[in-house]
Amino acid sequence: MKKLGIREIEEKALLMRREIIRMIHKAQSGHPGSSLSATDILAALFFNEMKHDPKNPSWEDRDRFIFSKGHGVPALYAALALNGYLPVSELMTLRQINSRLQGHPDRRVLPGVEASTGSLGQGLSIGVGHALASRLLHKKFRTYVMLGDGECNEGQVWEAAMFASFHKLDGLSAILDYNKFQLDNSVKVVLDMHPMEEKWRAFGWAVMEINGHNMGEILAAFEWARNVKGSPQMIVAHTVKGKGVSFMEHNNHFHGVPPTDSEFKAAMAELGEPLGHPEEMKK
Amino acid sequence: MTMTQTSKIEKKNGMATRDAYGKALAELGAKNPKIIVIDGDLSKSTKTCFFGEKFPERFFNFGIGEANMIGAASGLAANGFIPVCSSFACFIMCKGYDQMRMAMAYSEMNVKVISSHGGISVGEDGVSQQSIEDFALAVSMPKFVVLNPADEFSTRALVFQSVDQHVGPVYMRTGRPAAPIIYDANQKFEMGKGIKLRDGKDVTIVATGLLVWEALVAHEQLKEKGISASVVDIHTLKPLDQDLIIREAKATGAVVTAEEHSNYGGLGSLVAETLTKHFPVPQEYVAVQDTYAESGKPAELLIKYGLTSKEIVQAAEKVTKRKRL
Ligand SMILES: Cc1ncc(C[n+]2csc(CCOP(=O)(O)OP(=O)(O)O)c2C)c(N)n1
Repeated sequence: MKKLGIREIEEKALLMRREIIRMIHKAQSGHPGSSLSATDILAALFFNEMKHDPKNPSWEDRDRFIFSKGHGVPALYAALALNGYLPVSELMTLRQINSRLQGHPDRRVLPGVEASTGSLGQGLSIGVGHALASRLLHKKFRTYVMLGDGECNEGQVWEAAMFASFHKLDGLSAILDYNKFQLDNSVKVVLDMHPMEEKWRAFGWAVMEINGHNMGEILAAFEWARNVKGSPQMIVAHTVKGKGVSFMEHNNHFHGVPPTDSEFKAAMAELGEPLGHPEEMKK
Repeated sequence: MTMTQTSKIEKKNGMATRDAYGKALAELGAKNPKIIVIDGDLSKSTKTCFFGEKFPERFFNFGIGEANMIGAASGLAANGFIPVCSSFACFIMCKGYDQMRMAMAYSEMNVKVISSHGGISVGEDGVSQQSIEDFALAVSMPKFVVLNPADEFSTRALVFQSVDQHVGPVYMRTGRPAAPIIYDANQKFEMGKGIKLRDGKDVTIVATGLLVWEALVAHEQLKEKGISASVVDIHTLKPLDQDLIIREAKATGAVVTAEEHSNYGGLGSLVAETLTKHFPVPQEYVAVQDTYAESGKPAELLIKYGLTSKEIVQAAEKVTKRKRL
């Protein structure tokens, strides 16, 4: 894949946000807030950082991306579609019966989806397996795992964390979508894990904190991660749940509730896009 | 009554069983001060939020950590409390399983696990949030009582009995979509006792949960085909009402089981075990046939995965043909 520059990636991220809102509105089901907070990081991964080939999704030297907080999958589908893994128009089948776009990632049906997730807490372990495999097979591919902050409540995350550092899996990078919300409420109300950075450091990881919506910082963090030797890396990305649509930002109502028709119009206006799908409108 | 009149029964949706659970639990909280409610960052979905709003000092959100919830509940129970733990059926059953085994079943602790989002009628969220294995896992643990109410009335009664009266480990599944009303407020329910809803002489439909309604519809459809089907609601999978099932097998000589669960290890398997031991008759299984479902609207999924009155009718026709003369 051609690596895009900061400006171009930001443009892709905007396109991804439009597709996310459009597909969740069409489905009338899904997690807009959780998808939007992860969007910029996924754009950076799929348009710059990762080695991958949409024409050969199972290329054995590809970098791996495990979307552990699987409910944010519309962001992944948007990134995959804009890379040519599937037609952009297919995004409108999200969550419908017989669709390849399952409500949570399903590795059996959609090429480019590396791991089936949706039961939180499992992705980092799968990433550990890929990173181990890369080492055992004498390959150079890297593994990226995106976690939610609420997801880090799960004990399995920390089992994976201690194993990864003990085995010095420096081919493994985790990104924390630290939007300070989980499902029922803010992490402060439900189960606050502050200080997150110190916890990961104590588990033997190299840790870097960034603004997860600043493309320059995101790219710099990945470059840093690639150059860390002897330990896995955690990029703690401070993010805003619902980022990019003003009334969804910091508003946990939109954790798992789709926009109504009027909210859809307002959101698309903010994202600077005519309503309806461009390809559908051509008909 | 003419044929056309009997062929139609009116469907009236009531509350989702998860809503009925949440309301009953909040009601019970006022009656029994020993009840402590534990949820795993899903209280708005499992409806334990109703209890949480009324009794914040007895409500704990454990975050996304199902194993920890069950373990902590066991410790609370050892101190005389009655902990009720809730999450989606798949998460609490699968992630809390070893803890249920060690700290509830083996330890004989008075902990209740009441899940929501059972079966595939979860809908659009898809396989990762659906549950077709929970009965099999729950019934295999010694001491466990396993419940699966069909509507709001049975849910309320069984929540009261299993939490407030019964001492010992309990697993109850509730569902996400609105549940058709089967009963009324006067109906008596008893844990461990099935309920005969329709009389028949050719075949017995043994159903649980959402499939009880489909069985009632199938009863009408079969009547038009000249097949007389009795219908039984098994709201308690364990202990199973063996007497009722044996009596039915003797009376009709053929059984169809119907459930929103894998065909392995759930109601069908439990009924078959009883029949083979006491009174073998042919049986057909309406269930999810050893596969995972997918995303889709609940009603579409029930059709695609064969969990409607249509499949019950087909199974009844097939099983009556298999009867020995
Ligand atoms: C094991 C498990 N328990 C519960 C859930 C239900 N659930 C879905 S999303 C979510 C909150 C996730 O919060 P976080 O990881 O912070 O992600 P965010 O949506 O805030 O980005 C929960 C509890 C689940 N998917 N898996």
